[in-house]
Amino acid sequence: MDFTQKHILGIDHLSVAEIDLILNTAANFKEINNRDIKKVPTLRGKTIINLFFEASTRTRTSFEIAGKRLSADTINISASASSVVKGETLEDTAMNLEAMHPDIIVMRHSASGAPHYLAKRLPRSSIINAGDGTHEHPSQALLDMMTIREHKGRLDGLKVAIVGDITHSRVVRSNLIGLTRMGADVRVAGPGTMIPPGIERLGATVCRSLNEALEGADVVMMLRIQLERQGKSLLPTLREYSRFFGLNPSNLALAKPDALVMHPGPMNRGVEISTSVADGPQSVILDQVENGVAVRMALLYLVGGANNDESTIQSSQSKGVTA
Amino acid sequence: MSDESTTLLDATGVGRALTRISHEILEKNKGTQDLVLVGIRTGGDHLSRDIFNRIRDFEGVELPVGAIDITMYRDDLGIRSAPQMHSTEIPFSLDGKNVILVDDVLYTGRTIRAALDALMDLGRPRSIQLAVLIDRGHRELPIRADYVGRNVPTSISENVEVEFDSDGTALQIRLIKPRS
Amino acid sequence: MKILIQGGRVLDPANGIDQVQDVLINDGLIEAVGTHLKAEGAQIYDAAGQIVAPGFVDIHVHLRDPGYEYKEDIASGTRAAARGGFTSVACMPNSNPINDNKSVTCYIRKRAAEAGFANVFPVGSITKGLKGDCLSEMGDLKDAGCIGFSDDGHPVSSPELMRRALEYAKTFDVPIITHAEELELVGNGVMNEGDVSTQLGLQGIPWVAEDSATARDIMLAEFTGGRLHVAHVSTAGSVELIRQAKARGVRVTAEAAPHHFTLTDEAVRGYDTNAKMNPPLRLQSDVEAVIAGLADGALDAIATDHAPHHIDEKNVEFAIALNGIVGLETSLPLTLRLVEQGRLSLMRAVELLSAGPCKALGIPRGTLSPGQVADLVIFDPTIEWTVTEERLVSKSKNTPFMGWTMKGAALRTYLAGNLVLPA
Repeated sequence: MDFTQKHILGIDHLSVAEIDLILNTAANFKEINNRDIKKVPTLRGKTIINLFFEASTRTRTSFEIAGKRLSADTINISASASSVVKGETLEDTAMNLEAMHPDIIVMRHSASGAPHYLAKRLPRSSIINAGDGTHEHPSQALLDMMTIREHKGRLDGLKVAIVGDITHSRVVRSNLIGLTRMGADVRVAGPGTMIPPGIERLGATVCRSLNEALEGADVVMMLRIQLERQGKSLLPTLREYSRFFGLNPSNLALAKPDALVMHPGPMNRGVEISTSVADGPQSVILDQVENGVAVRMALLYLVGGANNDESTIQSSQSKGVTA
Repeated sequence: MSDESTTLLDATGVGRALTRISHEILEKNKGTQDLVLVGIRTGGDHLSRDIFNRIRDFEGVELPVGAIDITMYRDDLGIRSAPQMHSTEIPFSLDGKNVILVDDVLYTGRTIRAALDALMDLGRPRSIQLAVLIDRGHRELPIRADYVGRNVPTSISENVEVEFDSDGTALQIRLIKPRS
Repeated sequence: MKILIQGGRVLDPANGIDQVQDVLINDGLIEAVGTHLKAEGAQIYDAAGQIVAPGFVDIHVHLRDPGYEYKEDIASGTRAAARGGFTSVACMPNSNPINDNKSVTCYIRKRAAEAGFANVFPVGSITKGLKGDCLSEMGDLKDAGCIGFSDDGHPVSSPELMRRALEYAKTFDVPIITHAEELELVGNGVMNEGDVSTQLGLQGIPWVAEDSATARDIMLAEFTGGRLHVAHVSTAGSVELIRQAKARGVRVTAEAAPHHFTLTDEAVRGYDTNAKMNPPLRLQSDVEAVIAGLADGALDAIATDHAPHHIDEKNVEFAIALNGIVGLETSLPLTLRLVEQGRLSLMRAVELLSAGPCKALGIPRGTLSPGQVADLVIFDPTIEWTVTEERLVSKSKNTPFMGWTMKGAALRTYLAGNLVLPA
């Protein structure tokens, strides 16, 4: 199939076939990361701007490495260095970048919907959402799905428990949409202050306790917990959180013996996940990071390797270009 | 619009051509020393398997055989939608090896250019030789094959199709003329 | 000068009139309403097939003047009012400077009189500077022309202060208009809290933020005996609280905005900042309850909460876009939709746009009784038109109804007998 999406704004916009294609493409790119020469010329001459309005080490680095391994020129712009501090609007910042003819803008922003907003306004660039507010984080969900599929051979029919701050997690939304779309059965658990209304409508089963969520799970995904959100405390203490929602060897035993333990990072060891579990044999946390590069290569390739200009496509067809 | 097609080679013809190519490879390389087979996906990988089988039957030697996907090295990316990618599987070192690169149809030479670049990124072979089942002409790059199953003069509007069965055995090769 | 409006369907809810009649205007006042009226030398307007009603009254608008004239000014805002069939508006005090002293009140009235498109009845602030701290000089402000008091947009958080405001306003028999919202529960919310906010990853504003404040203010009105008017009711719960309060005799009135009886939070999908307002668009069940409240009298008025914002204030990320939409020019057709759907009678619709709001805030307008000031609207409920930026005369174009086909439009408005629309 042809991948026809110009932007990657969220998992919500991707069909099952498109998710499959991304995961398959990523699997093929993964091999490059193990070569001595970790670079292919695929996106030679393409310019990718990593526009990060929110601090991020992992995601930004992952996208940067992905772009560089595909021979694209990647430029990082972080919020502190950007014009935002000068009071420039998001649209102006983006239009100014667009004027320099990048091919892809990888964007992280604290406002939900910010990449959608730019996608409507930028005429040329493709936009890849690297996390918008508490909305979506599609590349994270894709790397999670890739990791699960690698270890389990499938997504369909798996029981996936996601535990933590469901309300404020963009990782949860993207995973929930993606995993249920791919046929997995997703349960969520967390303190009442962190379960948003209507999460069931996105396909989640809400569990009342961690143990209930872990029971028979094939995959356990723990989320980073933060005591303060928007200046308000949603938890009494991290100690209590850890006691009721922290993953440790004894409650992990409720899950299937070969259950995968995942975490999108960065981890609070000893809070949402004990060190012995994080570093234990069931942990695939570093696989997630490794697959992140491959998934991002796939996204950059599928979005950047395409030309969305109709006239070019037609003229190349009439010339009968083949491999 | 239905197309007119003529059979260039049937299964027997393909078999004879591959047998000859296999012998030529052994002859030119004076045996199987440091010889490896790499087929270009998709098509060439099936043929490299076939050549592997024939050489094993003649010589009792199992050559290392791999498959390479050249999508990442294509020169027409960005002209059309991103083509589907396949895996590259070369589970051995290419350093110092005589690589027999196998493809089904040699046409513009662009695929071979891409494959040469891909191989170079994976190691430093001593030599790369090219084996193709059909050479249909119309080269756009200075590339030639070392082993050719059959030279077929074609026009640019025509198409050459290699049909494989589910095991990857070539059943027939057809020349398709679009009826306009 | 005499004007005779002949043969229109006269709708005057205050007097229970709904029949084809003539209306005679003399010297800016209604002289007579009846059949076969004759008047020597009168200008005649043939209103056959059209509806003649008291000029509409919007008791909740933001004219942005003084201070934010780039969004709207008194002339442009009242022109938009006339275009929408309104002859009177009540403007909220959150201008800059804030209408917490009579110089601002006088400025507003003076500019409105100069523009001459519609009457402007200023609403003064409950507290000085809208700070929720100490009461404004309500007596002085009333004398200058304020008809009610509100800290719209900045809910009075302190129950004690709200109690004193209701008690103090009672002295001058003026209503306190509450923007009922418990700010602690609103938090950083930017849309209704529910399935859609969860799916969009936007912070939600739960219904309880509105209902708890409505309940508190109703209780305080009941306790103090003061007059309370609840602005822009958006939830089923608040409608019910008001209905129950009225049933037990609390002096409470309330209004609802067209967007709250037309749209749900689904409109926010796609992060359309023109679907961002406060209170937020709610659920279909809330829409239904608001419509039921308008029909059965739990709600007294339709008021637009006309809130002009510059494109630069809306063309931003959803989270930082300003709240509110323009409403004056789309209020009539959106109200008429309810009539077409059989949810409201035409009589009740006109009442909610005229006599209802006047009664709620004590505005001496809203009827066609002889001797009254001749503020009239003539409208055709069948005219179809499309909402476009070009057609809107308000300075700001922030509306989620852009591109909608509307049915029903004002043809003429008379302000004290003067033809304002068409200008």
